[in-house]
Amino acid sequence: MRKIYIKEDVCIGCGLCEVYCQLQHASVHDLIKAFKKRGPRPLARARVEAKGNLSFSVRCRNCEEPQCVYACLTGAITRDIETGMITVDEEKCIGCCTCMLVCPLGAIKQDKEHKKMIKCDFCQGEETPACVANCPNEALYCVEYDSVNKEVMAKSPSPF
Amino acid sequence: MDNTERIKYLIIGNSAGGIGAVEAIRESDKTGTISVVSDEPYPAYSRPLISDFLAGRRSIDKLNYRPIDFYEQNDIKTVFGNRVTGLNLDDNTVQLESGQKLAWDRLLLATGGTPIVPPMEGREAGGVFTFTTLSDAIAIDDYLQQKPDANAVVIGGGLIGVSISESLLKRQIKVTIIEMKERILNVILDEKTSYMEHKAIKDSGAEIITGHTVSKINSNTHGEVYGVTLDNGDVIPCGIVIIAIGVRPRLELVNGTDIKVNRGIVVDRHMQTSVPGIYACGDVAEAYDFIYSENRLTPVWPNAYLGGRTAGLNMTGNATDYPGGTNINAMKYFGIYIVSAGMISSPDKSYQELIAEHNDVYKKLILKEGLVTGMIFSGDVDRAGIIYNLMKDRVNVESFKRSLISDDMGLLSLPESVWRDRLATVPTVNGVDCAVS
Repeated sequence: MRKIYIKEDVCIGCGLCEVYCQLQHASVHDLIKAFKKRGPRPLARARVEAKGNLSFSVRCRNCEEPQCVYACLTGAITRDIETGMITVDEEKCIGCCTCMLVCPLGAIKQDKEHKKMIKCDFCQGEETPACVANCPNEALYCVEYDSVNKEVMAKSPSPF
Repeated sequence: MDNTERIKYLIIGNSAGGIGAVEAIRESDKTGTISVVSDEPYPAYSRPLISDFLAGRRSIDKLNYRPIDFYEQNDIKTVFGNRVTGLNLDDNTVQLESGQKLAWDRLLLATGGTPIVPPMEGREAGGVFTFTTLSDAIAIDDYLQQKPDANAVVIGGGLIGVSISESLLKRQIKVTIIEMKERILNVILDEKTSYMEHKAIKDSGAEIITGHTVSKINSNTHGEVYGVTLDNGDVIPCGIVIIAIGVRPRLELVNGTDIKVNRGIVVDRHMQTSVPGIYACGDVAEAYDFIYSENRLTPVWPNAYLGGRTAGLNMTGNATDYPGGTNINAMKYFGIYIVSAGMISSPDKSYQELIAEHNDVYKKLILKEGLVTGMIFSGDVDRAGIIYNLMKDRVNVESFKRSLISDDMGLLSLPESVWRDRLATVPTVNGVDCAVS
């Protein structure tokens, strides 16, 4: 099971996690094209919150008791038993926002254009999610652990 | 010879509650026999999607709530299209319409709700329908294929009434909604948001008549509906009538048994009824509501699943409390996004209302003694879950309540202990702080 964690004491609220998340989910992997030229801007699945000197980046934590999965009206949101990843099946999703209403983090977002709900998808198979890979302060890190034995298997970026 | 089949977990009802129970049971008991009985002939489907089906936006094979191999994968014996006709608490058996008998070790009653049909004259006429099941939707669809030019009268301006009105309008059918109270959606929306929906529905071309009821459904000599007569004598011609007044718990199996019933089947925090070994959840159950700190009917899909899940865990011996549910709704009828939870207006002057309103945004909180007891957000519904969970966790918000209706509301609007808990910023795995390397 993989999770992304935050070290808020080194987050400066620069928002690059949002930018690289948007780029990752854009149809074209060029910043200028993705943000300026190809239709509406892609939506970020992470959000930076800031208040004074304090800031952090929020995204889906893939809760072990996922209220979004339980509440989903259509069965579009499911949790993979093996990986613990929670995903939205776009074909089944009707964009009703019930998941948004029960998420304790406010981590599920509406894609108003497509009338679907979107959330962090761990950059679908990328070894390191874009937000983690591009955080200039390593304020985000990805932990992979064995959910059964509760042992840390790997961590990125590597502390060494 | 006794040919009664013995089932470890017998589930009556194959919708959100029943499926929630099955999934919870299989988390810990992979082999105990499970049987799901339903009078509906289909695998579990998403009930809210029947309006998309009727609108012609989704085909019937795209309504499934779970993958097609769900029952097989979970080793579940299905008894669909077969009604339970009797419950015998002396020998723990149910009698099925087919004549079959099933015995249970643990029983879950997830029988749902049944539409309320008042005893009005003409309700048996052809072209009069209710709208809570896929069979209803198919019957209405079939009828409208025959009569595509029929005008519709929808009796009841609640969720079901508004939902089917949207579907019918998408089929270019003229709709008149008749709501007995002064405004539509009066159970789940306040005046402001209810008016927003009212306007949107009118703008879509439907008529809404409030403050009146239908006293009679008129039918011709062939028994087919041709109009309704209102309580003021007005007559509205129509070719189809949808009765959408509401649903009530489907209690016919438990009435007259030792299972305690109030408005619904009364359950404890384990979702167990007054009879040990028998559980209930969903629209049929009266379960704990954390806003009122008492048992109430909260007939909404997410609570049915969660109640079913809690029942399932307890049925396998894993003692788990139902966290409680309250009336929650997320809707997007006629393009207006509204979420609401708990109370919709202050019951008396001991409650406080906080309102933020600008452009298309409307946010309202109802508070009592620092606790949020109700919320309605419209326009900007992003991050509404942050507040819903404050309601659920009974967090005192007195010191930061105003920030909850501001545009930049987020986790940082909450006290540090709360956001830290939600983010789990310092994970410990194997007792080791992951942030330290």
